[in-house]
This record gives sequence, C-alpha cells and structure tokens, in this order.
Amino acid sequence: MMYEQFKSRAEGVSAEVHRFERKDTALNFMIEFLMKEGLADTPQTAALCAECGFLDERDRDVLKKLSGLKFDVTCEAASKARFGISQMDWALADTGSLAQNSSAIEQRLVSSLPTIHIALVPTSGILPDMPALLSRVHPKECAYLAMITGPSRTADIERVLTIGVHGPERLVIIFVDEFGGGN
Amino acid sequence: MGTEFKESIHKAINNANLTGALAKFSEAYKVNRAKAYEGIDFEELRGRIADLKSYAASHLDELSDQFQQNAEACGATVFRATDPEKVREYILKVAQDNNVKTVVKSKSMATEEIHLNQYLEKAGIQVGETDLGEWIIQLAGQTPSHMVLPAIHMTKEDVAELFSKEVNERLTTDIPRLVKIAREKLRPKFLAADMGISGGNIAVAETGSIVLMTNEGNARLVTSLPKIHIALVGIEKLIEKYADVTTILKALPRSATAQLLTSYVSIITGPTPNPDGTIKNLHIILMDNRRSEMAADPKFKQALQCIRCASCLNVCPIFRLVGGHVFGKVYTGGIGTILTAWFDELKKSEDIQGLCIQCGACKDVCPGKIDIPDLIMEIRRRLVQEQGVPLLQKAIYAVVNNRKLFHGMLRAASIAGKPFTTGTFIRHLPLFLADLTDGRSLPAIAAEPFRDRFAKIKQPKGKEKVVFYAGCLIDFAYPEMGEAVVKVLNKAGIEVLFPEEQTCCGAPARYSGAYEVAETNAIDNIKALLSVDATYVISACPTCTVALAHEFISTFESVGQTGWLPKARELAAKTIDFSVLVKKLVDEGRLTLKEGQKLGKVTYHDSCHLKRTLKVSEQPRELLQRAGYEVTEMFECDTCCGMGGSYSLKLPEISAPILQRKLRNIKETGAPVVAMDCPGCVMQIRGGMDQDGAAIKVRHSVELLAEQLDI
Ligand code: SF4
Repeated sequence: MMYEQFKSRAEGVSAEVHRFERKDTALNFMIEFLMKEGLADTPQTAALCAECGFLDERDRDVLKKLSGLKFDVTCEAASKARFGISQMDWALADTGSLAQNSSAIEQRLVSSLPTIHIALVPTSGILPDMPALLSRVHPKECAYLAMITGPSRTADIERVLTIGVHGPERLVIIFVDEFGGGN
Repeated sequence: MGTEFKESIHKAINNANLTGALAKFSEAYKVNRAKAYEGIDFEELRGRIADLKSYAASHLDELSDQFQQNAEACGATVFRATDPEKVREYILKVAQDNNVKTVVKSKSMATEEIHLNQYLEKAGIQVGETDLGEWIIQLAGQTPSHMVLPAIHMTKEDVAELFSKEVNERLTTDIPRLVKIAREKLRPKFLAADMGISGGNIAVAETGSIVLMTNEGNARLVTSLPKIHIALVGIEKLIEKYADVTTILKALPRSATAQLLTSYVSIITGPTPNPDGTIKNLHIILMDNRRSEMAADPKFKQALQCIRCASCLNVCPIFRLVGGHVFGKVYTGGIGTILTAWFDELKKSEDIQGLCIQCGACKDVCPGKIDIPDLIMEIRRRLVQEQGVPLLQKAIYAVVNNRKLFHGMLRAASIAGKPFTTGTFIRHLPLFLADLTDGRSLPAIAAEPFRDRFAKIKQPKGKEKVVFYAGCLIDFAYPEMGEAVVKVLNKAGIEVLFPEEQTCCGAPARYSGAYEVAETNAIDNIKALLSVDATYVISACPTCTVALAHEFISTFESVGQTGWLPKARELAAKTIDFSVLVKKLVDEGRLTLKEGQKLGKVTYHDSCHLKRTLKVSEQPRELLQRAGYEVTEMFECDTCCGMGGSYSLKLPEISAPILQRKLRNIKETGAPVVAMDCPGCVMQIRGGMDQDGAAIKVRHSVELLAEQLDI
C-alpha cells in the first residue's frame, strides 16, 4: 500500500520508480540502466557511487568492474559525473520523497552535482509521512537531514515547469525488498 | 496618492505581458492549490500554524536564547542583531577575515530587506544569486516582484535577451535551453565560491536547526560547497519544537507553489564536513529589525505568523493587475504592505496601503491565519492618526450624518444631469456616488428616499418585530430594495421597524482610516437600532451587516471606546443578513415561495463581505433555486467586482479592469440575470452592464425573491 502511494506521488513529480525483490536483480537493473545511458570512463559519462550501507564487498566488486564507475567521491569527480549513486534510507509515502542523513558531504555531492541521481532504497524504509521521519531522526544524530522529492525543477521563466536546474534532471529510484520489505 | 505612484500603476496596468502573465498564473494557482490541499483540513492545519507561530512571537527572546545555545552547542556561531547595519557589518567582517572574494547566495528575503548585495559589492566582494529567478533579476538590475517567483514579471524574450549578453551568443526563447544555460553558467560559480549565504525558512529553537527549502537544488549547493555558510534568519522564523517543522512544511509548499513538498528540504543542525575534509564555518544570524517591536504591538503581532508563502499575493485581484513592483522593492502584496510599514517605515506604506480593496481573498488562504486586510486598515488608521483627517473629508462626514441634507444634496447633484464630474466637495462624497468613471454609470438618486417611502407602507401588525437597517445605498439610491425587504418579511408575518435616527454605517470613514468618525456613526446607530424592541436587526447590504456585526466593536476597540462596547455587542448579536434570515424563515415554513416556477438561468456573484466575512454563500443560492431559478456558476464567482466603496473613485484605473473581468465572467454563463446580495455590487455591476450594453439584468436577490412570494 505505502509503496503504491509512494510510487504514484513520486512519479507525479517526474521521478522514475522501480522495485525489485532481490538485491542482485536490482543491481543488474542498475548496471543495465547505466550501460544503456552510456556509462563510460570519460568526463560527463562517468558514474560516482557514495557509501551505500547495503552494498557489501561482493556487490562492490561487481560494480567496480564497470568502466567509468568510481567510488572515490570528490567534488571535482562529482561535478564531472553523469551519474551519482547513493543509498537513501527512507521514503515518505504521502509526498513521494526520499530522505537521508546527508551529514557526510559525499552523499550530497553525488546526489546534487551529477545529471542523473540513482537512489537505492530499502523497501522497509518506506514511512507514511514526514512526522514519522522526524520522530525517527533527531538532529542530535543528524547534522544534515536531506529530503529529495523528484528531480531539480524551476518555474522561474514564465512559470513553465522545467526540470534540471542546479540539481539532477533525472531521479531514478530503485527499491530493494531483500532487506525486509512487506510494505 | 503621489503622482509617481499613480504613474507606476498606470505603467503596470498597461503592461500587457505583465497583466497577462499574472492573470494566467492566478487562475492556475487557485486550481492547483485546491488540488494540493485535497484531503487536508486546511482550517485545522492553519489553526495549528497560527498557534505555534503566535506562541513563538510571544517568546522571541527565550526562543532566540534557546536557539543560540543549541546551535552553538553543535558548533555553529550565532550572531544576534537588531539593526540591519550591524548585520551587514558582521557579514562583511566574516568575509574579510576569511579572505572571501566571491559569494553564492540562495534566495533570501531577509538579505533583500537589508540590501546586502549592494553592500558587499561595494566592498569589492562578488555576490552571485543562484536561484534562477533571482539571478535573472540580478542580471537585469531589478528587484523581485514576487516573494516566491521573483521574476514573474519578465517574459522569456526578456530572459533570452539577458542571457544572450551573458554568454555572448544569440539565444532563442527556448525555455529548457535557457535553464540549461543558467545551470552551465552558475555551476562554476558554485564550485569556486568562498562563501555561501542563505536565508532560512524555519529556525528550530529546541535543536538549533535551520530548515531550507528549494526546488532548484541551489540551497544544497550553497550550503555544501563553499567553506563558509552564513544563514540570515529573521527571528519570526523561530519555532519552538522540532516536531512542528512538519506542520509548517505541510502548508508552505502547498500554499506557495501548490506542491506537496519542494524538491529539496534540508534540515541543518551545526556544521558538517566540506568537500576538502575541513569542517564548515557556519554562522547563523538572528535578525530582529523591528520584529520584537511588532511582537509587542497587540495588533501587529499577528503578522509574525507569516510563513512567507506569498499566497496572499497570488489570490489578490489587485496584485494580478499591477504586479509586485508597484508595491515596492522588497516585500510585495498584502503582507508586503504590512512588512514595509514596519521594516522600512510607516510613511513608506502610505501609497501602497491604498491599493488594498478590502476584499478579504488573502485572509481566506493565509496559512498563518493572518487577518491581512484588518492589519492594512490598522495601518490606514495610524496614518490618519498621524496626519489627521483632511478638513474637506471632515465636512463631508458631517453631511453624511445629516440624512435629510445628504439626500437633498445627492438628489440635486443627480438631477443636475452630468452629476458628479465637477466640484471637489461632491466628488469626495464617501457614498461612492461621485465621479463618473469609465465603464460604469451611476444610479439615479431616488426622488424619495426609503426613509420617506417607508412611512407610506401599510404593514400588517405582526407579533414578531424586526428592525431594518437600510444603509446609504438602499436608503437613497435603491429604495425599492428596502421595499422588497419589507414585503418579504411581512409575508412571513413579521413587522418591520425603521428607526429614523439610523445613519451611515461608518464604513466609508473607517475604510479611509477616519476611525473617530466611524466611532460617532457607530454610537448613533447603536442608539437608534436598539431604541426599539425587536428580534433582529436585518440588513440587505453586507458591508453594513459587517459594520453592525463586527466593525462597531473593533472600531471601539481600536479607539479605546470601552463605554459603548457592551451595547455594540448586544447589537452585533442581533444583527443578521437578509439572506440568512430569509433562508431560516423558509426552512421553518414561515415563508413560502411560489411552487414549480421555471424562471430560467441566473448566475450569482458573491459579495466580498458576505462570503468572506459573514461566511454566507449557500443561502442566497438555495433561495434562488427554491424560487425556481437555475443557478449557473460563473468563473471566479467570489472574486471582487472592483467596487470596494470609495476604492473605485480613488483608483478607477484598477477598479475598471476588475469590473471588466467580472462582466466577462457573467456574460460567459449565458444567464440573462445576475443576482447578488449587496447594493454596492449592484451599483458597480449594473453600471458596468449599462455601459457595456449587454442585455443582462443585474438584481439584488431580495428583488428576485419578492417577486416570487406565494400569494
Ligand atoms: S501573510 Fe499569509 S498568505 Fe501572505 S505570505 Fe504570509 S503566510 Fe503566506
């Protein structure tokens, strides 16, 4: 239920939403997506992956084999990357938003500078709404709480909705059930 | 009003791009806003916002202390300042101490308020706005015309022109391409900047956090990339509890841009690492600039409940005609008028407060539950108090209160043919009967006012008695409406009383800020209307009803007249609007309308005071339906007709296009009759239809109903 609500709200603001039962199928989907979108080891086509809690050594080894995908997040690399990959810890069903403790700068760099942000989200992280989020995340433990709802947008020129101003122009959300789904 | 001000209005109204863009936007906004609030109890939500913001406004010092303590415990530096000059100096000092050459900014009204950019630039620091709209106006060397959409007054052609210069390339008006250009041009600025400056949508005392919302993602970059971040926050942004952030975030994006949530929300609590591994140098400035004074003012404290959503601009029928620049350089629209009067100075609001037509549309949508029109009235009152009522006006009010003389003069002028075009005295009559304006003919003044006709009406003696309050318009211009009221009530077995001592309700004086005159009117009317024993005091003019039911009390409160307050309350409790009473009588079976009538289509115009102050909109429609009319709704049925009492005299250039819009909406329904419950609206709309030549009858509901009484 909550997933369905999330999906329709997030798609309503132009996010792309996918869901997989298992982590390996989710990663395969992501790899295919990257290839299709032209991942390569040249500027403006590279991918940059920030620390993702649920990617283990094996997963990383698989990803490391992809030419153009790097784990070493710097400002410079992020500003040149086409893809930024990060794990977002929570999703808010009623607004279609993702949320993360973004205190680590790397998390913000990969989700704000590249053109496409790929967000990996545990399905179990879906919460009904923002009150549920704020009751779980206290500022004491989280210096930078970030919420992301769809890609970057503006309506500043003649009020015409245009996607991709300063942040990503695409937000690809990949849910993985394996870490406890059931929503 | 100054000529310069009049000229700026003239210029704005004749700017077809501007008015076209604003009209389209305001229409879309209403629909989208309603959609965004679907399933949400707006009244409940804004009640909570008003409570928590009002609590904060009464505890500004405590919350500032608490905020400072908690933010500093997390490693931020907090600077508190009352004076804008101190704020500017502080920011410059931080910049100079850290050898800052370039600054990137995300949108912040507080920095506009203190004209920070100019100041820093004078000191040789480059300041770059990064919000697309702000960047556009920065390039154009202009000021924002809207709190949320700063460049709403500019066209894509304007933007293409500006950007072409910036990139030295001839650009077309392809909007996605223009946006791309902005991304490409601003990206290196973000990466190179030494300092980021932001505002803050919310500041949480309990945790020392600031909340930033953007759609473009610029605030994330401004707060992440440069090594120094300064957040300038007005202390009205303080709230006590962290959990309350959700309450404000539920309303702010919905009201501001009809979104469920802005694309990016950041809750920042203390410094975080920079890209190079060092820790952010985070400064939070809590700025007062007269906000504490405002909090100490019993009337204006309310204004601190504002969450800066700008919906009061978006629904304002005046704003959509003139845009933001007419209002000034920083804060615009209704709330902008109030903020300018305080943050700048009262005098600065002298002209712009006159733009408010008191239609109440903003009050209905304000998520901070601020009575914006009432605060603007208070500004008007204080201005008049400072400057005094002009002698001419005083003389006029004296005449208004002498009913016989007043009628005689009006009548004489009316008969004189082209009535009120000459002679200042008559031109300033507050009865709004003066000055023929374009697009509206005036009513003939009745040979015999209602007060004289009333004596001739033969009424059956009824057990129940009701006092009729006529008001100026029904008494002198539309006595037939008063006769219809009597006819309808008599039919229900009610005897109507008309105490002759009743006088003008004082609205014209009050709306001009002349509260002492309004006070005298109120006392005279209370004496007259309570002099006889009756169940109700009924009025068929919503402006008068509002005066009797609400404004006598608030006028007394404003001028410190406590002696008459109990009587004013007694009168208020007895006062009832015509349609409410008649609906009640019909429901109780005391009044029956003819059965099975097929009277065809009618469209209904909601008068501002009736719908928004008295909250009456269903009763007149139901009555018309019962009578046999088919009610066809017009577009924007509850948008002001542009009358606004003497507004149509003071600002005819604004009143006229509002009326034209109303006429168009009425005509588009195809109904041969338009009904309404306010004689003022009848005067405005009937006059407009007359000039327009359309064969549409403009009637007060009471006239239509009186024709359909069961015999
Ligand atoms: S006064 Fe109310 S409607 Fe206007 S900006 Fe403030 S919160 Fe929004």
